[in-house]
Amino acid sequence: MSAPTFTPATGRPALLEDPPPRRGKGFSGGNVAIYAIALIVVVATLGPVIYAILGGFRSNPQLAADPVGLPDPWIITNYVNVLTSPEFWRYALNSTVVALITTALVAVFGVMAAYPLARYDFKGRGLLTTVFTLGLLFPLTVAIIPLFLMIRDLNLTNSFWGVALPQAAFSLPMTIVILRPFLMALPKELEEAAQLDGTSRIGFFWRILLPLSGPAMVTVGVLAFVASWNSYLLPLLILNDPAAQTLPLGVAGFSSEHAQDTAGVLAFTSLAMIPALIFFLAMEKRIVNGLQGAVKG
Amino acid sequence: MADDLTARSTSTGAVAATPRDARAADLAPARSAAGAVGGQRRRRRSVSSNARKRLEIAFFVAPALALFVLFVVVPVVQAVRYSTYKWNGLGPMDDFVGLDNYTQALRDTVFTDAVMHNLIIIVLSIIIQLPLGLAIALLLNREIWGRTALRVIIFVPYVLAEVVAGVVWLMLLQPNGVIDAMFDAVGLGGLTQLWLGDPDVALGTVMVVLTWKYLGLAIILFLAGLQGVSADLYEAAQLDGASWWQVQRRITIPLLGPTIRTWGFLSIIGALQLFDMVWILTGGGPANSTMTMATYLINQGTNRSLYGYASAVAVILFVISLIIAALYQYLVLRRDNPQAPKPRKAKA
Repeated sequence: MSAPTFTPATGRPALLEDPPPRRGKGFSGGNVAIYAIALIVVVATLGPVIYAILGGFRSNPQLAADPVGLPDPWIITNYVNVLTSPEFWRYALNSTVVALITTALVAVFGVMAAYPLARYDFKGRGLLTTVFTLGLLFPLTVAIIPLFLMIRDLNLTNSFWGVALPQAAFSLPMTIVILRPFLMALPKELEEAAQLDGTSRIGFFWRILLPLSGPAMVTVGVLAFVASWNSYLLPLLILNDPAAQTLPLGVAGFSSEHAQDTAGVLAFTSLAMIPALIFFLAMEKRIVNGLQGAVKG
Repeated sequence: MADDLTARSTSTGAVAATPRDARAADLAPARSAAGAVGGQRRRRRSVSSNARKRLEIAFFVAPALALFVLFVVVPVVQAVRYSTYKWNGLGPMDDFVGLDNYTQALRDTVFTDAVMHNLIIIVLSIIIQLPLGLAIALLLNREIWGRTALRVIIFVPYVLAEVVAGVVWLMLLQPNGVIDAMFDAVGLGGLTQLWLGDPDVALGTVMVVLTWKYLGLAIILFLAGLQGVSADLYEAAQLDGASWWQVQRRITIPLLGPTIRTWGFLSIIGALQLFDMVWILTGGGPANSTMTMATYLINQGTNRSLYGYASAVAVILFVISLIIAALYQYLVLRRDNPQAPKPRKAKA
C-alpha cells in the first residue's frame, strides 16, 4: 500500500485488488491444483462406470488379455444380446411398475394425511403426527421377517403389490415429515379466501392446496421412486418368480448365472444403469433437497 | 381451522384486542353474507359441521393410517412376538422360549462379530468420508469451469443402486481384473490380494467400495451447505488478513456444522442397516468376515427358516440402532436444536 495512487476509488483496500500472495478465498479463479483435484475426483468417481460401459463393448478374451485396455475391435454383440433378450425388458418394466405404484401410493396417501395434520385443529392431532414420525425409527429391515410371512399369507408373493405396499408404508413417515411443515407454511389467508368464495375444505384441498404443494410433492415422489427403484432386500424375499423380478434382482441374478461372462455382465449392468442415471441426474436437486430437509426437521 | 377461526371471531368480536382478531371480526359478517348467498353452504355451518369435520379428517388420514398400521406397526409388533418363539414359519407357533433367542444370538460370535463389523463401518465411514468429503467440497466451492457438470458427476455413484454398483465392483475386483492390473501397472503387483476372498482383506475392500459409493453424498450435501455461507463473511475475514486455511477452519467449517451433523446421522443409519452391497460383494463371507447384522438376519431367517431367531436378531438390530441414534441425538445433534427448523422447511 505504499503507492497511494493505486488505492481504488471504491474505498476498498488495495489488498483485494492485488493478486493475493496467499490463496485467497476468491470466487473468481481456479488454479491448476484445483483442476487437478477435480480431475482426480471425476476419474475416481466415473472410472468404474466408464469401465463397465466400455467393458460391455469388449469380448471376454479381450478383457482377459488386457483388463484395462480400450475395446479393440468394438463389439456390440453383448449389448445386442441384452437388448434383444425379453428378460431385460421385463425386469425394467417390473421395476417401473413397482416404483410407480409405490410413488403413487406414497404421494397420494401422504399428502392426504399431511393435510389435516397440518391445517385442521383437532384432538389427537399431535398424537397422530407423533405416531407417523416415530415410523422413521423403524427401518424395513427390522420388520422384514414378519413382512415376508405376512405377504406370503396374503398371497401377495410374486405380486407387485407385495413389494409396493410395504415400501409405500415405510416411506410414509418421511413423506409426512416433509409435507406437513410445507402445508403449514402456506398462508392461512388462502383458506379464508377460499371460504369466502364458498369453497369447502375438501374443495380447498383439491383446488388450492394440491396445486400449491407441487414442488414438495415432486421431492417426496422422487425420493420414494429412487428408494423403490434401487430396493433389493424386500424384492429379494418377495419376488422369487423371474417373471416378476425387478432390475436389481435381474442384475444380481444375471451376474451370478453368467459369472464367467464378464463382458456380458458388464453390458447388462451398464444398460441397467441408464434409466436410473437419466432420471436421477435430472432430479439431482430434488433428491439433495429432500435428503437435507428431511433429516434436519 | 376455519371452525376455530369462526369461534374466535365471535368470542373476541367485542374485545378485538389484537389487530389479527380485529381483522377476523371484520371478516365475520362478510363471511355470513357470503354464506347466505350460497344456499347449500349453510348446512355446513350448522351443528353437524363438527361431525363433518371429523368425517373429513377420517377420510384424509384413513388410507395412510391403514397402510402404516398394516405394513409397519403390525410387522414390527409381530417381530417382537416372534422373537420369543422357536418357529420355522410353517406349523403353529407354540414353542415359547422366552428370551432364549436373544441370549443365543448374543452368545453367537458370528453375530457379535457382525455387530462389530457394523460399528467398524460406522466409524471408518466417518473417519474416511468426513475429511475427504470436506476437503473436496471446500476445494470445489468456487467458480471453476464445469462446476455444474462436476456436481452431477459426483452424484453418479450415489444414485446407482447398491446392487448395480456392487456388481460392477465385483467385476473390477475379480482376480486378474482391472484393480489387479492397475496395481501391476504402477509396480505394486506384489500387493494384489484376493480382494473379496481373503478374510483379512474383505472388510477393507467393502469399505473402499462403500466410500466410492457414498463419498459423493457427503460432498454434495457439504457443497449445498456451503452455498448457505454468506460470501460477505469470507470478505470480512480476508480484510482482517485471515489466510485461506484460517477462513475454512474458523468460519466455513463451524457454519457447516449442522450439515455435517445431519450427514453423520444419515451415514450412521445407513451403515447400521447395510445389506445390499455386502450381499452382492461377499454374501457376508469369506468366513463371516464381512457379515453385518442385516446379512446375518437374512441368513438365519429366510435362508434357514429360523423365523423366531431371526426376529430376535431384528429386534436387537433395532435396539442397537435406537441407542446409537439416541446417543447421537443427545451428544451431537443437540447443538442444532435451539434453531427452529421450521423456516427452512418452507422452501423445500
